[in-house]
Amino acid sequence: MDKTINQKAWFLVLPVFLVVAFSAILPLMTVVNYSMQDTFGNNQFFWNGVGWFKELLDPSTDLGGRFLASLGRNLLFSAIILAIEVPLGIVVALSMPRQGWTVAACLVILALPLLIPWNVVGTIWQIFGRPDIGLLGYTLNSLGIDYNYVSNEFDAWATVIVMDVWHWTSLVALLCYAGLKSIPDAYYQAAQIDGASRWAVFKAIQLPKMNRVLLIAVLLRFMDSFMIYTEPFVVTGGGPGNSTTFVSIELVKIALGQFDLGKAAALSLVYNLIILIVCWIFYTVMTNAGTERPEKQGVK
Amino acid sequence: MNTIPGRRIIMVVFLIFLLLPIYWLVNMSFKTNTEIVTTMTLWPHQPTLENYKRIFTDESWYSGYINSLTYVLINTVISIAVALPAAYGFSRYRFLGDKHLFFWLLSNRMAPAAVYALPFFNLYSAINLFDTPWAVALAHCIFNVPLAVWILEGFVSGVPREIDETAFLDGYSFPRFFIKILVPLIASGIGVAAFFCFMFSWVELLLARTLTSVNAKPISAIMTRTVSAAGMDWGLLAAAGVLTIIPGALVIWFVRNYIARGFALGRV
Repeated sequence: MDKTINQKAWFLVLPVFLVVAFSAILPLMTVVNYSMQDTFGNNQFFWNGVGWFKELLDPSTDLGGRFLASLGRNLLFSAIILAIEVPLGIVVALSMPRQGWTVAACLVILALPLLIPWNVVGTIWQIFGRPDIGLLGYTLNSLGIDYNYVSNEFDAWATVIVMDVWHWTSLVALLCYAGLKSIPDAYYQAAQIDGASRWAVFKAIQLPKMNRVLLIAVLLRFMDSFMIYTEPFVVTGGGPGNSTTFVSIELVKIALGQFDLGKAAALSLVYNLIILIVCWIFYTVMTNAGTERPEKQGVK
Repeated sequence: MNTIPGRRIIMVVFLIFLLLPIYWLVNMSFKTNTEIVTTMTLWPHQPTLENYKRIFTDESWYSGYINSLTYVLINTVISIAVALPAAYGFSRYRFLGDKHLFFWLLSNRMAPAAVYALPFFNLYSAINLFDTPWAVALAHCIFNVPLAVWILEGFVSGVPREIDETAFLDGYSFPRFFIKILVPLIASGIGVAAFFCFMFSWVELLLARTLTSVNAKPISAIMTRTVSAAGMDWGLLAAAGVLTIIPGALVIWFVRNYIARGFALGRV
């Protein structure tokens, strides 16, 4: 469908532009302003130029060391949860019942973790994993596995990752399920006539059809895990030590904990820039995938 | 639909994995604190409603639910209202900077809340909205409005353009066409978008907590109180947690038939 050029459409998008600009551009200006200044309290500010940015990107300083360490942890975390959630989500979507009331029941249960407030997700896992009162912690310890997410770094990581898998795999699964549902039966019948194996059906029919939704899923999951704050904060508080301190947790510590406005602002800008770049890459890939698709498939 | 071997077992195991932690929370909310701390019981042996009673009778507790629901509803209404015309604009027309604008909107959906916590605090204090539901509702617009535009754009694009043209030939004015014809056609899309706005506003804590202090405190912020109290009140915390799951569960139940399509954001 060709779109007509009509500059008056700006009037239609103007309300959205104003609302989002009010919430995005004004505060961002404050951040840029702060990032160039230093303060000794009492609302007295001094010009600091690009000083904070230099410090931020230099691992030998305190600020730079903390930022780069948390960035590294965060990237590792995002990589791990994507590696688990995407394949698992696909498997779960393929395992959905075909028809009947069980479909609705499965969908409702799958969607449930997505609507639990993030701090309650943290609370649930905090309780569930405790060695004294939690089912998981208690069971593991009585099986002879020494599990304590408060003092052991590995256990803390495992808990945060399992929690994220619990929380978000459903999103990937529901997206994939929606993609699978859109495949016409004729495709499967054709595959059956050709005597295609299950794996061939998956590779040649199901995976290409899920392409687009999978891209959305990876984008959403990467972004949300890259800015994760509440859940690990409630469960581990960023500990033990700094082992689960991700970028957002570090940022809130600096901004609202120490009130180091200059440092926090500089960190915010670099953080935002990374997200903007990744988002742009995904956006480009996604729009390209959208335009290429009809040509590849021929008729539709 | 083609499926994989052992699918029933996979599904059942996964659903148990999802439900077990929630069951544990529900289980604890019906226990007394003595039972929680002293014994390990798989179900409450002395079931009690004491925890729930405390939440429903103490205003500082139940006002939190009212505050949360207030800003969630305000946010949903604002988001949908401004996103509808924009979705139509993006879907039907080309205009100067449309792609850049769409990308900019989308990038705001991805912006980390932690970046905005402090500037929002300054901004809403300056315009005297701090500690009101409006502050939180407007702050949540930064990720909900772009999301609503994105979803609705998909649904509007599904409406054939001939319908617009016929309506305009029939003498419908633009506002009348919009309300009388377009909105009913994409009603399920609006439902899906509202569901997502509700969801993301309901689960967010960082901004909601930063922008409120006393009067508009959301339930999720009040829950952290039990942590600092002398000795942890696990039962109460669990009961409060269970009550925050219920609105979400109700909303899911209402939209259960649209979930699959909704999660694909209307563009499969």
